[in-house]
Amino acid sequence: MDKSLAVCIVTLSRMRAYRVISLWPGTLAVAFLGTLIGGSLAGIMARFGTGDLTAIVTDAYLHSVIGFTLWQATLSTLISVGLALPIARAYARQSHFVGRRALITLMGLPMVMPVIVAVLGIVAIYGHNGVITQLMRAAGFTWSFGIYGLGGILLAHVFFNLPLAVRLLLPAWEQVPGESWRLASTLGMSSTQLFRFIEWPALSAFLPGALVIVFLLCFTSFAVVLTLGGGPGATTVEVAIYQALRFDFDPGRATLLALTQLALCATIALTMSRWLRSQPLTQGLQKGLRNRPDRNALLNRAVDVLLITLSALFIGLPIATVVVAGLEGPLLRVILDSALWSATARSLGIALIATLIASVLALGLAMTARRLVLVQRRPGATDLVLLAGSVSLAVPPMVIGTGLFLWALMTGTTEVITLLLIALINALMVLPYALRSIAPVLIDSGRRHHKLCEQLGLQGWQRFRRIDWPAIRKPTAFAVALGSALSFGDMGVAALFDTSGAITLPVMLYHRMSAYRFDEAAVTALVLVVMSMILFWALDRIVGRWLS
Amino acid sequence: MASKPLRPSVPKEPYVKILKILFGLAGCLLAIACPATQAAKTQLTVYTYASFVSEWGPGPLIEEHFEAQCDCDLKFVGLEDGAALLSRLKLEGDRSPADVILGLDTSLTAEAQQTGLLQEHGLDLESVDFALPWSDLVFVPYDFGYFGFVYDSEALPIPPASLTELVNNSNGPRIIIQDPRTSTPGLGLVLWMRKIFDAADEDAWAMLAPRIVTVTKGWSEAYGLFLKGEAPMVLSYTTSPAYHRHVEQTDRYRVAMFKEGHYRQVEVAARLGTSSEPQLAQDFLGFLLSDTVQNILPTSNWMLPAVHTGQPLPDAFHSDEVPQQMLRFDPAQVQDQRKQWINRWLFALSR
Repeated sequence: MDKSLAVCIVTLSRMRAYRVISLWPGTLAVAFLGTLIGGSLAGIMARFGTGDLTAIVTDAYLHSVIGFTLWQATLSTLISVGLALPIARAYARQSHFVGRRALITLMGLPMVMPVIVAVLGIVAIYGHNGVITQLMRAAGFTWSFGIYGLGGILLAHVFFNLPLAVRLLLPAWEQVPGESWRLASTLGMSSTQLFRFIEWPALSAFLPGALVIVFLLCFTSFAVVLTLGGGPGATTVEVAIYQALRFDFDPGRATLLALTQLALCATIALTMSRWLRSQPLTQGLQKGLRNRPDRNALLNRAVDVLLITLSALFIGLPIATVVVAGLEGPLLRVILDSALWSATARSLGIALIATLIASVLALGLAMTARRLVLVQRRPGATDLVLLAGSVSLAVPPMVIGTGLFLWALMTGTTEVITLLLIALINALMVLPYALRSIAPVLIDSGRRHHKLCEQLGLQGWQRFRRIDWPAIRKPTAFAVALGSALSFGDMGVAALFDTSGAITLPVMLYHRMSAYRFDEAAVTALVLVVMSMILFWALDRIVGRWLS
Repeated sequence: MASKPLRPSVPKEPYVKILKILFGLAGCLLAIACPATQAAKTQLTVYTYASFVSEWGPGPLIEEHFEAQCDCDLKFVGLEDGAALLSRLKLEGDRSPADVILGLDTSLTAEAQQTGLLQEHGLDLESVDFALPWSDLVFVPYDFGYFGFVYDSEALPIPPASLTELVNNSNGPRIIIQDPRTSTPGLGLVLWMRKIFDAADEDAWAMLAPRIVTVTKGWSEAYGLFLKGEAPMVLSYTTSPAYHRHVEQTDRYRVAMFKEGHYRQVEVAARLGTSSEPQLAQDFLGFLLSDTVQNILPTSNWMLPAVHTGQPLPDAFHSDEVPQQMLRFDPAQVQDQRKQWINRWLFALSR
């Protein structure tokens, strides 16, 4: 055989092997996720059977539940993200004003609040006996919000997800190079044209992530839907899963329902990201919005101020009632209790470990997603990798928890690894946020610097340290801060396990409520809110400046 | 040809460093999670619901008193609620480390017994002066209560006098209830309605539906909304007002006494067949019926003691808040028909 042909074949096969090997970070992460999720579901099925699939497929009631779930999730997502776009744009346009940082931090709060606390806060403002109704009554009107029903569900979902979407979208504007603004300024572009030609391409990398996350969160919503839904007409698949697992004790059915939910969510998420293909961004060297032409126009300013004020009020008022209720409670007694602080420490430990696991997974997935799209030119595969890191939100933590618990039981380690299990499941819940914050920026950094790095032979740690890290530092800091605050306030998972010896702060809050101690629960909620704010702020600063 | 740019080299990502930190932290977490090795005392593991072992629940006091007499280590494991207890038991099967399960209520006992994991208590209950009629070979009742609608007397001066009145009066007060698919009181109300209206329960639910403000996942959400003033009435227990009088010194929250009677909930304990300490478990079940525990329960678990003790109930418990009529279904019937009755509820409220 011709020698050069042989060399060519060897090189090509090495190339293919290299193509596969070079994807190891994402492959490992996907394998880890697959093992964790698949393993826990398989564990349940192995022990309790697979459930009756035909019964699920033919269940007319379940169809109506799925229909309602889809309907409310779609509406919630459209409203949340639809409103988030102009609000995020207002924040981006008004990049310097006193209190901007504080307001953006405020945006991080709703989603870290335990659902019941947030719901009580929302009700205190918009409920039958809420501040607004009372004001109306004092003014002589008898009208009140119909908060219980679809309206209440949407209200609460927007309360949770609007600020999240704003925060997920805001980094898009930082990706726009200063040159673009200057060019737009020279061309005399109008505000609409700016949006169409400059902001939309930048947003297109972030929008699918925000949409997918918000949709999944609303799809799997449980306590909000039951509490504010007004009746069993408002039931989500997640409620059916809880019922199957708890009251009917039919783990096989619960697992099948979980798989149904996962399949539905994955299909929808994939369709969404196919439809919203991200567009490549103009490259440039400058940063900042100084040259943005429309930022000082009076009308635009007025609109921005209005949007920022209204959104801050919408989010701030319910939180304010939580703070007031906490201050009215037995503040000293609760704060001086050492049990509160050991629960806080425990929550903190879980939050940090969960976030660390999630960040490592997210980084691995993002690296591989970037390689797939830039080096191997397979954007479809990139979508799949990003999807794999997002659908963990669609797997009910309760089902995974049960599966993992069964495994722990088989190995006789339940007592030892409870906290680790909680941290693991929390990591799954945090991963999508981390991934969707880091991936777009990392891919963009690759677009800019990949060729240069190749030429310089810059790779591995050196490339990460010198090129990628400076780019992803801020989004990573945000993701880490958000993730740990989120996991800090999580109750769902922690409540599944033995909670007597080692309770977390949110579980403690719930204990107080179930023992009539609503006033002490209010103080605990305040501590929780303040602590997650400090956690968010501290991590955002520490990670944001690390190795800078 | 093509030799230079294709040097296969796997990029060294920063994973090694991060993994090291990760394992270090995981190690720390394990160290925190591992219980400190205790002196080799026999351990009795009791599964119960969370509010029983919370700071204000009876758990800590009972632990103190029992350990003083048993020379053992009593370990409470607190789970979310009664249903969580039962599902944990079924998950663990005969691998369960529990010796005693405490906190099932009478709508779950038949199902619990069917698991075959429970063992007869072996106590002589004949000589116990129970406050409720009781004879069972497996379950020991430690307290009981009645479901009832608690109302805010400032928002609702005159509450309905019967369940029929609450259902039929279309101008009646609005109420908050719990979901029978996810909570015990919610199921209790379904049973209560079935008891009063029998086969007409579906119509009764449909009549009541417009005045149901919302249906919550559990008791805490419903009671929290009620205290915020979202509805003048909430499904709770007849003993709830005693809490407000005893702890908060207010008479504002009262219970509407219904003349048809109230549905009774008995909380029971049982020991497991797989227990390695059957004698100690039996002693603990007996201890639950002692005056010491029975006197602790009213003001910590806010339920009525199952046994008559020498000590009268605290003043906060008003005698006119004890139902004249006690309503109940046989646990086996509840197990058989629960699903069907819940479906009727679901249908009536969804339409």
